[in-house]
Amino acid sequence: MSLLDIDERILELVDLVDLDVSPFDDKKAFDRQVDVGFVEGGCSNEYNVKELREFRKHCRILISVGACAINGGVPAMRNTIGLRECLEAVYLNGPSLEGAGMIPNDEDLPLLLDRVYPSHEIVKIDYFLPGCPPSGDAMWEGLKALLTGKAPTLPYLLCKYE
Amino acid sequence: MSDVQVSQPQGNPLKGRLGPRKIVIDPVTRVEGHGKVTIKLNEAGEVEQARFHIVEFRGFERFICGRMYWEVPVIVQRLCGICPVSHHLGAGKAMDVIAGVDQLTPTAEKMRRLMHYGQVLQSNALNFFHLASPDLLLGFEAPVAQRNIIGVIEAFPQVGKWAIFIRKYGQQVIAATGGRRIHPRLCIPGGVNQNLTVENRDALRKDIDQIINWCCEALELHKSFVHSHETLHETFASFPSSYMSLVGADGGMDLYDGTLRAIDADGESIFEGVRPVDYRDYLTEEVRSWSYMKFPHIRSLGREDGWYRVGPLAQLNCCAFIGTPIAEIARKEFMALGHGGLVHATLAYHWARLICMIHCAETIKKLLFDDDLQGTDLVASGQRRSEGVAIIEAPRGTLLHHYAVDHNDQVTSANLIVSTTNNNEAMNRSVTKVAIDYLAGHEITEGLLNHIEVAIRAYDPCLSCATHALGQMPLVVTLEDAEGSVIATRIKE
Ligand code: SF4
Repeated sequence: MSLLDIDERILELVDLVDLDVSPFDDKKAFDRQVDVGFVEGGCSNEYNVKELREFRKHCRILISVGACAINGGVPAMRNTIGLRECLEAVYLNGPSLEGAGMIPNDEDLPLLLDRVYPSHEIVKIDYFLPGCPPSGDAMWEGLKALLTGKAPTLPYLLCKYE
Repeated sequence: MSDVQVSQPQGNPLKGRLGPRKIVIDPVTRVEGHGKVTIKLNEAGEVEQARFHIVEFRGFERFICGRMYWEVPVIVQRLCGICPVSHHLGAGKAMDVIAGVDQLTPTAEKMRRLMHYGQVLQSNALNFFHLASPDLLLGFEAPVAQRNIIGVIEAFPQVGKWAIFIRKYGQQVIAATGGRRIHPRLCIPGGVNQNLTVENRDALRKDIDQIINWCCEALELHKSFVHSHETLHETFASFPSSYMSLVGADGGMDLYDGTLRAIDADGESIFEGVRPVDYRDYLTEEVRSWSYMKFPHIRSLGREDGWYRVGPLAQLNCCAFIGTPIAEIARKEFMALGHGGLVHATLAYHWARLICMIHCAETIKKLLFDDDLQGTDLVASGQRRSEGVAIIEAPRGTLLHHYAVDHNDQVTSANLIVSTTNNNEAMNRSVTKVAIDYLAGHEITEGLLNHIEVAIRAYDPCLSCATHALGQMPLVVTLEDAEGSVIATRIKE
């Protein structure tokens, strides 16, 4: 969603490209091959893995966008603790819980992975756009580079994050 | 990735009329984060069960333990890419309590308010324009290919302009107060790390009147939608409910600070003046096996009756007045929808959201002409405490942060009740109501299923943080060959 920070350039973007599956529309699955895919976020459950594989299958170029996709980011802080302990802290020991609580477990919930994985450990990733999130300007640069076939200009200030 | 699925023992998936079936909408789209709806129909095609599941889990409450308490406002905002500022400020306020500071300096308090109102403005704009307006302006059953912001921009170019520039303005307020648009840094325990530069102030002053006007124009456009769909607006996914929000000391709308107020469906008080620190005496949460999002309720009313709604509709229903003139006039007109009582219509969340946007823009203007923002007294100090609870009205409603910190300054426990979690029961009820009203006994079409999502979108759920998590937000771009542009007409400002 941080792509929206390209502001009015969004109008230029829709002139240049055709958005296929995105958080802004209701298309829920790929029905054709596309040229470029952006993925944000790491993989923490089986759904994320399935979705990422779908992206790899349907996108000629796949880009990891942001710290979470590239190295797991803040959510991967759970890797140092262990999944069970995190679940217990939230669902069994939360200070405002009514009664004893329980750990959610249902056929309609995807299985959680033991760790949070960065995208490139699940599928092959072609490019990485760092930041948390990358600024609108950085994303625009990256996109333009792909559209024009020229190397992007990404000075340090566009890519640094703290 | 799964599309709309209908599992049915025999026959064509989307066609069958009767027989026990399970309908799955996964993922729910045009919302932030990942959620899923399942609806079970029985032999007669009646709705047996409808559920809105939150399928992501993060575990922030556990893995933040051991971190230094002043790091928390910066880390916790990574829960969400849409309202990071709300978490930054919520955690920041909790850390003020830990630092023993009950009263910020005027500069610190106003800097935070400016940032917050910028945040609520941009986030409400994102929900209303980018995510929800396609349903309202193009129709719940408009073709999927058009039912998105690009489709709206084609049909209503002015809405595209508002979408881009109102959101942009809110983001610029955030950048001016916190250094960057997403994941800014302003709060330190007991205060802030900067004031507002005169250049930033002047740049923001230049556009604010235009922003207020656009918010008002958007409200007018929305009202014309409501007036041409009165019954739909009043009944869709609707039911009477209790409401909860922060209100200021004078009972007026205050999105940054105040005490909790809860009212029942008739507008009678359930509790008033509840301080954040006492939240556990009034609220408790239940876990259900089928969702990672908990179900909070008001303790004294119990599981069955204690649920309530939060967010713009609650903010309007709970406050006695709004302290900025244009929004106050709009509030009075809005409350008239309730014929002397509260407004319970679920789609009225959008109308209320637009009034909140006007209030935010007016408040930003007031602050931009307040010299305290150039003050240099940024941080207060006090007697260190071991526990801190803070509440803020985020764009989606009441957000609570609760931390304990040991003598080494390390966090030992954390508890979050995020806005969307407060609406969990209500969203499930809206989903159930729409399933019963629109799906039961009908041939299930994509357009009908979108009705379910329209109901969910009214609450503007942010499913990332509601799951103690950050959702995956995939975006795919398809390039076209040479000069092909599929969308024929577009505006250029
Ligand atoms: S903005 Fe940061 S925390 Fe959010 S998905 Fe991107 S990298 Fe992760």
